[in-house]
Amino acid sequence: MWRYVAKRLVLALPVLVGVSVVVFAAIRLIPGDPAQIMAGQAATQEVVAEIRRSLGLDQPLPVQYLYFLRNAVRGDLGRSLFNGAPVVEELAQRFPRTVRLALASILVASLIGIPAGILAATRRQSWVDTFVMAVALVGVSMPVFWLGLNLILVFSVRLGWLPAFGHDTWRHLVLPSVTLGAASAAVVARMTRSAMLEVLGQDYVRTARAKGLAERLVVNRHALRNALIPVVTILGLQLGTLLSGAVLTETVFAWPGIGRLLVDAVLARDYPIIQGAILLIATTFVLLNVAVDVLYGFLDPRIRYE
Amino acid sequence: MSEAPRPSAIPAPGAVLAASRAARSVSAGALVWRRLRRSRSAVLGLGILLVFALCGLFAPWLAPYDPYASDLENSLKPPSPRHPLGTDELGRDVLSRILYGARLSLVIGTIAVAIGVALGVPVGLTSGYLGGRFDLVVQRGIDVLLAFPSTILAILLVTILGVGLVNVMIAVGIVSVPTYARLVRGQVLSLKEQEFVDAARALGAGNLRIIFRHVLPNTLAVLIVQTTLQVASAILSAAALGFLGLGVQQPTAEWGAMLSTARQYIQLAPHTLLFPGLAIMLTVLGFNLFGDGLRDALDPRLRV
Repeated sequence: MWRYVAKRLVLALPVLVGVSVVVFAAIRLIPGDPAQIMAGQAATQEVVAEIRRSLGLDQPLPVQYLYFLRNAVRGDLGRSLFNGAPVVEELAQRFPRTVRLALASILVASLIGIPAGILAATRRQSWVDTFVMAVALVGVSMPVFWLGLNLILVFSVRLGWLPAFGHDTWRHLVLPSVTLGAASAAVVARMTRSAMLEVLGQDYVRTARAKGLAERLVVNRHALRNALIPVVTILGLQLGTLLSGAVLTETVFAWPGIGRLLVDAVLARDYPIIQGAILLIATTFVLLNVAVDVLYGFLDPRIRYE
Repeated sequence: MSEAPRPSAIPAPGAVLAASRAARSVSAGALVWRRLRRSRSAVLGLGILLVFALCGLFAPWLAPYDPYASDLENSLKPPSPRHPLGTDELGRDVLSRILYGARLSLVIGTIAVAIGVALGVPVGLTSGYLGGRFDLVVQRGIDVLLAFPSTILAILLVTILGVGLVNVMIAVGIVSVPTYARLVRGQVLSLKEQEFVDAARALGAGNLRIIFRHVLPNTLAVLIVQTTLQVASAILSAAALGFLGLGVQQPTAEWGAMLSTARQYIQLAPHTLLFPGLAIMLTVLGFNLFGDGLRDALDPRLRV
């Protein structure tokens, strides 16, 4: 098992290096003098010169990249152009909030998506199936931010049940996590349905039924356990989609996570923050994919030994 | 298509077009069309898309008002006979803006996906067909692009390119490149091992001829389905960028940008929030329904 984990991690390493090259290059592709851009238009000549020196911009590009990589590995991603705070501190403060939101959303997605998918599969081609699949299709077609705004309108503005902003209590987490989890719930429901349909057609399910097991046992013990393998994979991959969606959800609910940080930084041209936030999100995404691979191997031993 | 492969036990996904032509007198297009019409979701999706396409096309004639004409005395008015969908914060007619927005969203979605196809398909074709070291290098590049969640990649690209209509199309288009490259490569890898490719080579066909006459046509079915679904996600991405203030800018009548402003008037004028979002959702739903129906119609495994 550990050899498998190590192998996956080693395979992810070149991708992570690639990610750092892209992020590094992106900031340097912006037209203009990077030091001037980094310093902002209002900066004095001394500040610009200082930034140029500290970033090693007088060095050739590959050398600059190595500096960048060395500093990044040491946990130095520069400072915000606005409040001068180290980027790493800013990220460390924001990231756990996004993780909390993403985990709550995954919970929402599983609690709605898996039962809905089972329901649709076990009542195939009934009105229940049609209804669940129609709702799921609407769910994947709906803009995340629009759903969030509608939930605020109904549950905060009209009914006054839940707060629209803030992040202190579990009550603050309800609307954002439903917003962010809804599209994933739809994807999970579709996946659960098709996985269940496939498993329900297998010989061992027929055997279970033939020996007179209650339908509930057939579904829960024989079918669901096997159908959940692809569903767990989809859930893991959805975590990445959630990182994307978090940018929008956090904007709608003024949730002070990493997505909101990124959007604010882009609007304010705070390049060190943009660089750091994207690097962190992409790294998380890559490692999540590794984790999903490993989990998949854990759930389905056939894959581990290939 | 004259050298179309004979239908084998398990035809390649795209082979249905060619195979059905060889097997029957019915043309492939007619066959697909017949199956599409039987699918309720495809018909519904196509209907929705036609409505929005016509709205976009004839926006100047259909719109009751100039979408940019402000009328501050009548701002944030709820729907009424004069303004069926109400007015926004500057008193502009929401219906007119949504009609013009349809044109914009469909154009953005189509051009963005065209960019994705134009860059991604050749990459996938050459990478899959040539294989070897070239394939290895290209695929590691694709891995890196896929390491960024799609919205994050779009944001990174907009950071480099700047905001605005054209840059949004480019950014959203580039985001879809890895999807196409992977999809086509996968198709090519299985197609190039098929006998009809060997046959063509034995007859002296060169690489280019094989790629364009024998491999590419057989990936079309999968490509068409993917493209339909991809337009849906391109429209969603572009609207998301508009909403974040990183896409098409105010005062352009773009649905995402409209929502970005409407957000501030959520208490005063919820109708300004409702209708642009509904328009995005219906358009995306139309593409998704039609794409799903198209997949069923083109999928040879469902063929009787």
